[in-house]
Amino acid sequence: MVRVGAVLNLLGAVIALFGLTMIVPLVVSFWLEDGATHAYDEALVLALGSGAALWFATRRRKAELTPRDGILMVLLTWLSLPLIASLPLYIHIAELSFTDAFFEATSGLTATGATVLSGLDELPPSINLWRALLHWIGGLGIIVLAVAILPVLGVGGRQIFRAETPGPLKETRLTPRVTETAKGFWIIYVFFTALAAMAYYLAGMSGFDAVVHAFSTLALGGFSSHDASLGYFNSPAIEIIAIVFMLVAALSYATHFVAWRSRSLRCYLRDAEARAFITVLAVSVLGVATVLWWNGVYAEFATALRHAAFNVASVATTLGFSTVDYAQWPIFAPLWMLFLCAFATCSGSTGGGIKMMRALVMVKQMMRETKLLLHPHARVPIRLGRDIVPNQAVFAVLAFMTIYGASIAILVLAMTLSGLDLLTALSATVASINNTGPGLARVGPATTYAVLTDLQTWLLTIAMLLGRLELLTFLVVFTPGFWRQ
Amino acid sequence: MKIVILGAGQVGSSVAEALVSEQNDITVVDLDPERLRALQDRLDLRTVTGSAAHPSVLASAGIEDADMMIAVTQSDETNLVACKLAHQLFNVPTRIARVRATEYLMNDMVLGKDAFSVDLAICPEQVLTDYIVRLIEFPEALQVLEFAEGKVSLVAVRSFQGGPLVGHPLKDIKKHMPAVDTRVAAIFRGDRPIFPEGDTVIEANDEVFFLAATQNIRQVMRELRRMDKPVKRVMIAGGGNIGLRLARALERDYSVKVIEHNKVRCELLADTLTSALVLYGDVTDESLLEIEHVDEMDTYIAVTNDDENNIMSSLLAKRLGARRVVTLINRRAYVDLLQSGQIDIAISPAQATIGQLLAHVRHGDVTRVHSLRRGAAEALEAVVHGDAKSCDLIGRRIGEILLPKGSAIGAVVRGDEVMMGHHDIEVRPGDRIIIFVADKKVLPKVEKLFQVGVGFF
Repeated sequence: MVRVGAVLNLLGAVIALFGLTMIVPLVVSFWLEDGATHAYDEALVLALGSGAALWFATRRRKAELTPRDGILMVLLTWLSLPLIASLPLYIHIAELSFTDAFFEATSGLTATGATVLSGLDELPPSINLWRALLHWIGGLGIIVLAVAILPVLGVGGRQIFRAETPGPLKETRLTPRVTETAKGFWIIYVFFTALAAMAYYLAGMSGFDAVVHAFSTLALGGFSSHDASLGYFNSPAIEIIAIVFMLVAALSYATHFVAWRSRSLRCYLRDAEARAFITVLAVSVLGVATVLWWNGVYAEFATALRHAAFNVASVATTLGFSTVDYAQWPIFAPLWMLFLCAFATCSGSTGGGIKMMRALVMVKQMMRETKLLLHPHARVPIRLGRDIVPNQAVFAVLAFMTIYGASIAILVLAMTLSGLDLLTALSATVASINNTGPGLARVGPATTYAVLTDLQTWLLTIAMLLGRLELLTFLVVFTPGFWRQ
Repeated sequence: MKIVILGAGQVGSSVAEALVSEQNDITVVDLDPERLRALQDRLDLRTVTGSAAHPSVLASAGIEDADMMIAVTQSDETNLVACKLAHQLFNVPTRIARVRATEYLMNDMVLGKDAFSVDLAICPEQVLTDYIVRLIEFPEALQVLEFAEGKVSLVAVRSFQGGPLVGHPLKDIKKHMPAVDTRVAAIFRGDRPIFPEGDTVIEANDEVFFLAATQNIRQVMRELRRMDKPVKRVMIAGGGNIGLRLARALERDYSVKVIEHNKVRCELLADTLTSALVLYGDVTDESLLEIEHVDEMDTYIAVTNDDENNIMSSLLAKRLGARRVVTLINRRAYVDLLQSGQIDIAISPAQATIGQLLAHVRHGDVTRVHSLRRGAAEALEAVVHGDAKSCDLIGRRIGEILLPKGSAIGAVVRGDEVMMGHHDIEVRPGDRIIIFVADKKVLPKVEKLFQVGVGFF
């Protein structure tokens, strides 16, 4: 039986704590006098008040959470935090509807980066900082989710390696205690963010832009403080820095952790997922650059390579920055990029999609089936690097893929039913469920999601949450069995 | 010599059998009284029932005044503990243990004096694996044995009509291959050994044992028979300890298929092996062998635990078209029955592995012993010590040395130099001499040659 009281009690504390992070934009707003101070005042009071009230009302129900409570807790957190986060936006920007504010906040916290706002350059700096901060906090939440919560609940990419195989456990269970591991990941996350901000600053960004873009990059979000995204700076140096840090962010934090502990880079080579990720990305960049150059989009191969490298990597890692309007490229290129964002990032990173781990298991399962046709008596294990994937995990991946495919199909159908064209519906759904950000056609990199109707915006909000919570965590709450004793 | 053997399994009993015949006092320890009784009925030795790792059991086996302990129980850990006890409590001078796990073998600290005090770690499965791997590398050979860290090889090969040397006297070898130094150590025609002279003529279907520097053995074989195509595809029937080791050793260079009938073991094999194909099924299942194209196999190796299964499966494979079948057979009677019939090579594990142990038991500084022709003959490598006064060998030419009848000096290894045993070579201290003994009765006389006289000390 789910103990709703205990969950709400903890949720109250989390809401209040989250509310406190608004102090950051509040101080910035006060300091820069950008006129948005009142929004944070009100939002802060609302957040603290509602959080405290919830906590106080359920204080007698306080109890240790079971895994099942944990699932509800995760879902409620990801529903209530966007609500709180949307308050400053809703209060300050008069023309923003509640639907759009909630979409924007969800897009922030899920590190998606799809925006309904335009004229970003004219927004108060504190609002842009708040949006980027949402990414960054969301990214932190994703890492904790991946390390500490999803494994306990039995879902999540790295969970493919269960106790049956002794090898990879050394890597996934990096310390005996989950909190220790989570702490280690936070340190790495903060360290990389600081490094990225410094690099951006040295490459010529203003201090403010550097922080905003560092937050956005490490969380693989995609909010920028400029309408032209990273294209605003038109600087190859900044693009290279961005590529480096998006690759870092899309690799598993478990691997970073091992590298940090062992003071050696060898573990990146040993990580089958990382190898596949880098290979797929490198081939795609070269391929897309060749397509662009061949079709005469860019006269010089070097220019084609520059734009292909940045935009392909940005979409594939589910970051979603852009330097050019790649929707104008030959349609193969942006479609391929959207396809990549569905699986390219590593599990245990801040990226979205089904994760490379599951994609590898799927490919290997297909190869196993063909081999079994030739050798019906053969025993063929599925191997990731040196580790064996137990059959049970393969089934779990197949089930996950079925749900993933069905979710996309249903959402795309609902979007077209509401009157959208196929390319917009498909690209918006794929970009949302994989937490990438920009889609194609009417929601391409040069436009915003403001063109959508309220219903469509809500559908995409659900898609973002679905993708972020790895589908099952989200869906299981809506099964009757979950609420039964 | 007083010897205590721990474990009366396959290795334990064959070790006991080999040593009994060499006049030693042997005590065998095992947990299973049935097994011990069977052994005692067959051989003249003492048995003690109990755990081999318990000091009281070891004491009652008379380990206090034993010269050597050979721990060959199923469990690595028992063997290691027994060695430690034998060293620490009972001061046994020589301790030999069977250790299978490479974890232990890789680390010298584990087996050293300060840890488990193992003088010699033997791994019969590994010896057998090496043996079979060499047969696959040299598909024409019946047996390939290495001496002097692999510098010299002794090869048994069956001569065929059409080999350039077949039908010619041995002295023609020099004419055929002026650059290669080789020496035919013995020829077996039927079951009769022939000690070759210069004018001995090699006939078709002779089993020829020759010695040559390892890099030359292919060339020599070519003189005796036409060469087969190199092996590409290998099928291993049975994924036990030997099957797994074999598959691991072969899977990089050959296309390997392994058949195993135990489902759990199958999973383990599939997890451990990277490129070999693991098949679940019975090794005598004709349809499985057909589906997996046994007819395209260059070598079929039957290494299950069961002699009858190995034999049936090999016969089946041969009939279905496997080019060459190698079969592991424990029972000596079966080996004699099947060798050189339908089955191309029958391997007796006991004979293949016992050499390592025998080298330690022998008198004189014998560094290597290989059993040949199922124990009927032997090839050994020994080091010459002392000086012209204390040792009869030193300072003499090979032609002058009086060897017992039925034995011949095959080669001399001096440092890195390999010399075939020609008459005019003078023996020096430190030389390693490889001797071929066709009649086991003269072994003690051969050993005596290498013992240093009392005056040396």
